[in-house]
Amino acid sequence: MPVGPILPATDDPDSAGFWAATREGKFVVQKCGGCGELRFPPRPFCKYCQSNDFSWHPVSGRGRIWSFAIAHKPVYPALADFAPFPIVIVELEEKPTLRISGNVLAAPGAAINSVDPAKLRIGQPVHVTFQQVAEDVVLPQWLLTPPPGAA
Amino acid sequence: MDTISLKDRTAIVGIGQTKFGKGFTQSEEALGCEAIKMALDDAGLKASEVNGLVSYMMQTAEEDEITGALGLGDLTYFTRTPSGGGGAAATVGQAAMAIATGQADVVVAWRSRKRSAAASRVWMQTQPRVVHLREMWTTPWGVLRPADHVAMLFRRYMHLYDATREHLANIATAFRAHANRNPAALMYDKPMTRDDYMNARLISDPLCLFDCCLETDAALAVVLVSAERAKDLKQKPAYIHAIAQGVTSGSTMMANFFVDDPLHSQANPCAESLWRQSDIKAKDIKVAQMYDAFSPEILMCLEAYGFCGKGEAAAFTENGNIQLGGKLPINTGGGGLSECYIHGFNMINEGVKQIRGTSTSQVDDADNCFVCASDLNPTGAFILRR
Ligand SMILES: [Zn+2]
Repeated sequence: MPVGPILPATDDPDSAGFWAATREGKFVVQKCGGCGELRFPPRPFCKYCQSNDFSWHPVSGRGRIWSFAIAHKPVYPALADFAPFPIVIVELEEKPTLRISGNVLAAPGAAINSVDPAKLRIGQPVHVTFQQVAEDVVLPQWLLTPPPGAA
Repeated sequence: MDTISLKDRTAIVGIGQTKFGKGFTQSEEALGCEAIKMALDDAGLKASEVNGLVSYMMQTAEEDEITGALGLGDLTYFTRTPSGGGGAAATVGQAAMAIATGQADVVVAWRSRKRSAAASRVWMQTQPRVVHLREMWTTPWGVLRPADHVAMLFRRYMHLYDATREHLANIATAFRAHANRNPAALMYDKPMTRDDYMNARLISDPLCLFDCCLETDAALAVVLVSAERAKDLKQKPAYIHAIAQGVTSGSTMMANFFVDDPLHSQANPCAESLWRQSDIKAKDIKVAQMYDAFSPEILMCLEAYGFCGKGEAAAFTENGNIQLGGKLPINTGGGGLSECYIHGFNMINEGVKQIRGTSTSQVDDADNCFVCASDLNPTGAFILRR
């Protein structure tokens, strides 16, 4: 019976660079060495030019909520105490077809159920924060970006 | 090179289904054997005549157990199609191809699953560390259950196309009404009103309990032979008029958030191939069986297969259109939502019943029937005709 959180392997050759970067508080995506296109999630080849040459490219950590749902029980046992909690797909500012799953937190380090789901809207700006969940795993998470000029 | 047309060259001549239920003590192997035997008896064929066997992945019963237990003949064709609920319709396609190309004569397509136990929860199959693309970039954040994936896609669909939970209620209540006419359906004696639907507990908002399929223990099977052979057998043949498989490049099962447009249905290439091969067009279809692990998949399939335009599927569910007596009755046995959920195989059996004229929600003059698997997976579809 699994009890702990579900964790990504951080030593998978295609994605280890991403997890190394989050451990240093950086959000990176792959940049193709052949054609320069950005890609995410990490893949071994570029779908545009079939090159396997790439570098890790820092991005702003800003994005928008592409969609969201509110997970109610029964959920994965390790997350049961937090349900209901929102889950989101975020599209990255640099290229909106690059998306990543996440949770929206009320503040850095807050719980995954800390934001009122009623505050979430598709298209809402968010920015990244980092949450350590295991010795080698730092997950990107998201904070709502206040509108310009807001206190 | 000349290609081989599959048009009307094979037929489903036998169908079998065990009881649909929960907590069965029989093994998947035993259930599978029972359904296959029923299908062979229905067709009037002997077990020893079977030389082809097609199922799909994600089940425990193996081919050798089935052939040995039932005394099937030596096999000259066997395969399994991938992707869970996406694999259902493709089993019939594989069987039809095997027969039309001379690989086998009598082919059984079948499915046996026990999903009602807690052991079938998605997290019971989750590894401690996840590597695969669709898991690594979703599950650590709790984007985990198929319902979560579909909820995410449907919320986006609502945003783009003015769809609401009322439209999902149209789907859930229509299928329940069909199940209420089908004594074999798990929900046969459980009517559901629109209020019941709207007040149901949420599973992954915007999806509620009644947007999710029934976890079921059961097995189903069908037998295919050539069109010539079918004429001599005891049942009215359900001819395979056209079959297709398809998946859009880069798409993955359920958690399909990483392609350029996740709302561009994975079923599009399947639809294109199907209609290219078929003389019967979407506008001619009398009744449809569409995979419905989750109610929004009906909207995606209606659009992908051209039963309506992009963004028009929610409106299509109105005015009783998808219910018996409507423009396009869908899931006349009750579907995965209200009959049983065996990765969509009950759609195949129900399609054959419509062609035979024996459905408990029989559509008048159902001389054709459309059947498709999940559009949120690598998928398949086919058209049956009288
Ligand atoms: Zn490239």
